[in-house]
Amino acid sequence: MTIWRMVFVAASAALLAACGDGGGAAVDYGPDPRLPEPEQGLLPAMTIARPAEWGDQRPVVPTGYTITAIATNLRIPRQTLVLPNGDILVAEGKGGGAPILRPKDFIAGIIKKRGTTKVKGGDRLTLLRDADGDGRYEGRTVFAENLNAPYGLALIGSRLFVANQDALVRFDYAPGQVRASGPPVEVTKLPSQVNHHWTKALAASADGRYLYVGIGSNSNVGERGTSMEENRAMVWQVDAETGMHKVFATGLRNPTALAVAPGPGQLWTVVNERDELGANLVPDYLTAVRQGAFYGWPYSYWGQNVDSRVRPQNPDLVRVAVRPDYSLGSHVAPLGLAFSRPALGPRFTEGAFVGMHGSWNRQVPSGYKVVFVPFRGGRPAGQPIDVVTGFMGKDGKTRGRPVGVTVDPRGALIVADDLSNSIWRVTPDELAPPPG
Amino acid sequence: MAKAGFNRRGGALHPVHVVLLAGTLPLFLGAMLSDWGYSQSYQIQWVNFASWLIAGGLVFAALALLWALIDLLRAARSGQPYWLYAGLLLALFVVGIVNALVHARDGWGTMPAGLILSVVSLALAMAAIWAAHVPRRFGEDR
Repeated sequence: MTIWRMVFVAASAALLAACGDGGGAAVDYGPDPRLPEPEQGLLPAMTIARPAEWGDQRPVVPTGYTITAIATNLRIPRQTLVLPNGDILVAEGKGGGAPILRPKDFIAGIIKKRGTTKVKGGDRLTLLRDADGDGRYEGRTVFAENLNAPYGLALIGSRLFVANQDALVRFDYAPGQVRASGPPVEVTKLPSQVNHHWTKALAASADGRYLYVGIGSNSNVGERGTSMEENRAMVWQVDAETGMHKVFATGLRNPTALAVAPGPGQLWTVVNERDELGANLVPDYLTAVRQGAFYGWPYSYWGQNVDSRVRPQNPDLVRVAVRPDYSLGSHVAPLGLAFSRPALGPRFTEGAFVGMHGSWNRQVPSGYKVVFVPFRGGRPAGQPIDVVTGFMGKDGKTRGRPVGVTVDPRGALIVADDLSNSIWRVTPDELAPPPG
Repeated sequence: MAKAGFNRRGGALHPVHVVLLAGTLPLFLGAMLSDWGYSQSYQIQWVNFASWLIAGGLVFAALALLWALIDLLRAARSGQPYWLYAGLLLALFVVGIVNALVHARDGWGTMPAGLILSVVSLALAMAAIWAAHVPRRFGEDR
């Protein structure tokens, strides 16, 4: 019997060792992150922070800034859009529902569900209005409903574009309108088979001719098969008039937010990279989206680092894979991106806000905050600055999870929170001079 | 006593116990063949099949193991061959669990460990069935 006992002990030890992937707090930011060797244990490290109520607590903002909840009891708010008259549109919904292929999908699904809201997705757009400008958004109407997991929002002139999980649709919009005048018109269908990563990010080009749509992959790293990844993990450029599209950039595993930078109008995105290679791999990133570029997924990460989990491999594509511009840290799950305006105060004059939903595939959680990435000359420069924190308390419980971030040019940062189902508004205490 | 035989009350295993034990063979065989299929073709569906077949094999192996352990605890059966049988089942169960976890990795991350463990599982399942059914020869050889 001793032999069997030894086998058992050895197996248990291997299991324990496999769970502990270090998971230290070290997070590498910037253009040249440390890339440790990939680790594949027997059990992926998972820490799902349990949700809790906010109670008397509030998210933490830098001194000189105030945060308030301008809307609560929403139905899974994801992205927001500030309209020209100051009204705020909120896209609410929950998509996906990819089928279970393996015992793992079943078990992981149950575990991850513990970290999210129990509320059912709204499949609607809610409009918030602060008519008297006192910072309280007393007006609230349902702008449109019966949508299909709406996520990305963009306004071009009098046309409001909404990226549902299966189609890009369009509403007519007149200033001051609080309710859509009719059902939306379909601009183009979007890839929606399986929809493992269902969110469809959206941004309009500076000249209003094009819309950019971010389409996530159908798997972590191709484990649903190559055919499932056709038209996935890429950004489309859609003609706003005709709805015709072309592939703009590829190899972007899950481009969850798109934004056009001020100035020449460079398109940027935040991307959620692959899991289960260790606590400090693979970095999620912020990058300029270059037309025609391939960013690696699934064959390689951070440029030409080959992911051995993908077979057959594709050395020709790996050779041309582009390195992203700026690491945000592994597993932080950036879901929001917005470029700043001077009205937000001197500390945040030039750069981008990034909403980080927070990790699951890490023993020591990371993300769960909104950061500011400073830019100089149109490029990221320097370490990120914490802007909104305290979503995960010292007790290890999460009270909120940031998703979309939007800059109100009047001088406010709008943060959607899909755990407490709220919209937060961060404002500088002293009103900055109006944008010039 | 130990030399006296596999089953001190004589007779074969309970038919349900036999079914549980026998069920491990096709399941782990199927898993091994599926893993081999994936390793040759990169067709991901094969490794999905292997994951479920291993999970199924583990259910049968666990129940057979439980039965054997209860037998031992109740001293309904004893003797070296029966301990060997129970030990092989335990090994099958442990290797199967590790294999299930290896198969939870994505894509080629399962390989080559998954295929090796599937071959080992199949060998252990065959050995356990052998040990359960030719007890006397095992006993005499010692």
